[in-house]
This record gives sequence, structure tokens and C-alpha cells, in this order.
Amino acid sequence: MAKSIDVSDLNIYYGDFLAVEGVSMTIKAKSVTAFIGPSGCGKSTMLRSLNRMHEVIPGARVEGKVMVDGQSLYGPEVDPVAVRRSIGMVFQRPNPFPTLSIYDNVLAGSRLNSRKLSKSDADGIVERSLKGANLWNEVKDRLGKPGQGLSGGQQQRLCIARAIAVEPEVLLMDEPCSALDPISTSAIEDLIHELKERYTIVIVTHNMQQAARVSDETGFFNLKAAGQPGHLVEFNPTKKMFSNPDEPSTEAYISGRFG
Amino acid sequence: MSATTASLTHARLPRWAPVLVAVMALAVAGLPAMLRGWGPVAWVVLAVVLFLVGLPGWSLVVENRRAATDRLMTGLIWAAFGCAVMPLLWLVYVVVSTGAEAINADFLSYSMRGVIGDEQGGVYHALIGTVLITLAATVISVPIGVLTAIYLVEYGAKSRLARWITFLVDVMTGIPSIVAGLFALALVVLVFGPAFRMGLGGSIALSLLMVPTVVRSSEEMFRLVPMDLREAAYALGVPKWRTILKVVVPTSIGGVITGVVLAISRVIGETAPLLVVAGATDGVNFNLFDGRMTTLPVFIFSQYSLSTPAGYERAWGGALVLIVIVMVLNLIARGLGKLLAPPKN
Repeated sequence: MAKSIDVSDLNIYYGDFLAVEGVSMTIKAKSVTAFIGPSGCGKSTMLRSLNRMHEVIPGARVEGKVMVDGQSLYGPEVDPVAVRRSIGMVFQRPNPFPTLSIYDNVLAGSRLNSRKLSKSDADGIVERSLKGANLWNEVKDRLGKPGQGLSGGQQQRLCIARAIAVEPEVLLMDEPCSALDPISTSAIEDLIHELKERYTIVIVTHNMQQAARVSDETGFFNLKAAGQPGHLVEFNPTKKMFSNPDEPSTEAYISGRFG
Repeated sequence: MSATTASLTHARLPRWAPVLVAVMALAVAGLPAMLRGWGPVAWVVLAVVLFLVGLPGWSLVVENRRAATDRLMTGLIWAAFGCAVMPLLWLVYVVVSTGAEAINADFLSYSMRGVIGDEQGGVYHALIGTVLITLAATVISVPIGVLTAIYLVEYGAKSRLARWITFLVDVMTGIPSIVAGLFALALVVLVFGPAFRMGLGGSIALSLLMVPTVVRSSEEMFRLVPMDLREAAYALGVPKWRTILKVVVPTSIGGVITGVVLAISRVIGETAPLLVVAGATDGVNFNLFDGRMTTLPVFIFSQYSLSTPAGYERAWGGALVLIVIVMVLNLIARGLGKLLAPPKN
């Protein structure tokens, strides 16, 4: 069920402002692809355009093509709601629903869509998703408690459980560990390793070591100059990226030198 | 204290200094108050002035300039607090003590039909009128107000229409209630003819006054819902309308209800528009759609204008009933707000 994504000549605009220019890449199925680059270079915008989440901001639009297993995401008859059902997302800050219990947070994809589930099906989904997110053992005795009572790292794993409970084909992660401590980060990274058996994962990160640890392929984004749109500088297997990158600017960024 | 080595300590007034100064100020102010035969208000005002001079003065001598300023400002703020709270407590005291005499089972269960002079009358008809008219006004204005707020926050963004609506809502906030009453009267007359009166007309007038309050308070509440939660729902493939219905509204429902109840409290005491549209009657009328209806404020007004001792007593009794209703409504709103707010850990 995991799918590959083909992006060709993608321009992303906010109103008249061109945020990201001319991105082409192929994201392989059942692999982890990392986006790295300085702040404001359009990594998150690029990520959000992969499930049309950037459209939440008024005036956002794209030119170019995004194909998921040969299906265009931006065709005139495509429903963005259906796109987001098959391409899930985990955000920078953990955002469990405050009005729902842990149990209902995991089932939010069904509950908020008023889909009827039998009790046994619901229990099965909750257990499978929480086990998938490595959270089951920590919360199995308090599934009825509110999701916001968990620690930050647990909340983020709850959000991952919520995202995989709807069985998406692709999982997008927007700096999922930037608000977490090293132990929670390590738990999430282990989880990403397990999840790539079943899902195509795209992750945005500011942490170079994290990109090197978890990803199979890496895309480096940068601004041509201040005020210019962001663009994809280099897209290569992570090993090559971190040992022998094609572009000198990639090496400068990865090794901490700029300019 | 030498200028070269800054000291970290300085002399402090004892903890009981403010109490001592307060007692002394009251005693000193009591002297001219007794001699000149002043009332308690003048006595307390003089005592407060003496306190505000005495305590900072003492502090200036013993402590330092900053501590004295601090004590002066603390005193002024407490005095301002007293000025704000005293009228409220006084009002409640006067209404309860005067109104309690009128309250009995008959007062609550009889109307004024056929009551002449000092006979026992009651507020039953006005109670029914107030409850029905206010309820109908709430039923009209809550959907309009909440849906307008949802449009403004979720769909309107910064569009021209949304800015116009916000502007018009602000203008509506300032409509004098009598104008709302005249408008509702014009509407009823236009539809049903000149001599027709009905309680629903009063509800329409009240809802004109309620809508802007409901819009404003609900709008604030919906804006407080973090964008993160909406995005989380969108990312799960939840359509926008379901996100609003199942995430935005439940998260903010406590505050929305509080806003609605405050709006009700604001209009439940309106007199002028109801006098104009719903008229006044001595009998019970359960039908919102036909005939005159009396509400508590109109009852109070008409009893007071009788200028008889029995009329005055009934007016105070009605005022007490009205205040109790508003207080109960506020308590219910607080309870609901606590009950429905997202659980905290």
C-alpha cells in the first residue's frame, strides 16, 4: 500500500509570492526521505504541498505536477480531503485533540468523520496503532484519560498513532522531534525505522545527524539569495549526501560552513 | 547608610502597621463626624483620606521613598476597588432587604388580573412573559450569532464581506434598545397590521440586542482554538465542516455558552423595547404569537408608576425575582462552562 511520489517542476506560491521554485524529485516507496536546509527555504512548504495541506493558508497554489503512483494530486477533479486521507501528516508540535481521550484520539480519523466502528474493530485499531507507535505499554491502562495528560514525547507518538490508524499510504513528518528531548527523539527515530517497512515516509528536519540516521535519501533545499524563492539544490542517497555530495554548497551546509 | 556601600536592608514597618493606621484613621475621622453629625459615608471617606496620608507618611519617615510610594499606590488601588464594589453590594442589599417583604408563595403564583389597590397581587404573568420572551430571543439570536462567528473566523478570513460584517456588528452593539423596539414594532405592524401586539415582537427586539454580543464573544472563543488542532483534523482527511463541528466548536463550547448567558443577562432587564412592542397586561399569556405580554422589567416599571405603597412593594419584589433569575443563569453558565471545557491535567 505504500506509494512512490513523483514531483516535477513544482512551483509553490503564496499569493504572488513564489516560495519554492522548480522542484523535481522522486520519492521511493517504503523508504525514508529527509528534507534538510536552512529556515525559510521552503522545506515545510514543499512537504505540505505533498498532501495539499498548504492550501489551509489562503492564496496558496502550485504549478507543476505531483504524481502519487501515477495519479496527479492536483487534477481538477481531485478532492483534497481524499488526498489527506491517504497521505497522513505529523506536525512539529504534538497536537492531540484536547476534548478527546487517548482512545478517541487514536480513532479521531474515524470518529471525526462519523464512521461507525464496532467495539471490537475500534479496540483492534487502537491497540494496533498504539503498538505501531510504541506507545501501547505506556498508556494501555489509561486509554480513557485525556491525551493532553501525556508527556511531550508520548503526545507526539500518540499523534503518530493517530496518523497511522487511518492506514495512509504516505506519512509526512514536519520536524517531528524538534520539540522533544533526546530520549523521546530516539524513540521516534526507532519508530520511523519500523514504520518504513509499511509506509513511505518524508521527514523535514533541522538535525543533520537525524537525517543521516533515519533517511535513505536526502534533499537539500536552499535559497538562491535572501528574498529569492527556495529551490532543491541536491537530491541523492543519504550516504552519498553525507560523504561525497555533488554540490559544494551542500557540503558547506552539512559540515556547518556557509557561503 | 553611607553612599559608597549600598545596604541591602532597611527599616521596615511592622506587619500590623496598615491595620493600626486604619483603626486610628477611623477613630480620628469619627471625632468630627460625631461633632458635626455627619453620616457614615462622609465618615468613611474622611477615614480613607486620613489613611492614605498617614500610612505613606509614616512609611516615608521609617522606611524610604519607594516603600512609601508603594504603600500609597496599594492604598489607592484598594480604595478604587472599594468604590467599584460598594455600589454593587449596596444594590444587592437594598433589593434583597426591601424586596424580601413582598416575596411569598402568592406573589410568585398570582398574576395582577383583577387586583385593585392593596390586594395581594403577583408576578406570575411577568415571570412567564420574561422566560418565554427571553427564551425565544435566545432561540433566534444564538444560531444567527454563532453561525456568523463561524463564518467570520473559519470562512471569511480577511475578505471584504467579513470586514463589513464585523463593522456592522460593531454598529449594532451601539443601537439604543428603544430603537430596536421601534424597529420590531414597525416589523410587526407591517406584517400583522397596526393594532396587533405579540410577545414574539419583543423577542425580535431583544435578539437585535443579543446578536452582536453573541457574535463578538463566540468569535473570540473560536479564534482561541489553536490552528494546530484544525490542521491535525485536516491531515486526517476530515472535511472542513466536520472539523468545525467536531473540533472547533467542542473545544470552545464552554466559552461560547458563557458568552450566550452574558448576552441573555444583558437583555433580560430591558424595559423600553418590550413596553413598545409587547405592551403590558395584567393577565397570564402563554402564547408568544398573539396578545400582549408583560415581562418583569415592565412589571416593575408599571407597579412603580402606580406610586402606591403596595405598588412600590411589588416593584421591589419583582426586582428581587429578576436579580435572582440573572444570578441563577450566571451560575448555570459557570457550571456548564466548567463541565464542557476540555479537561485539564
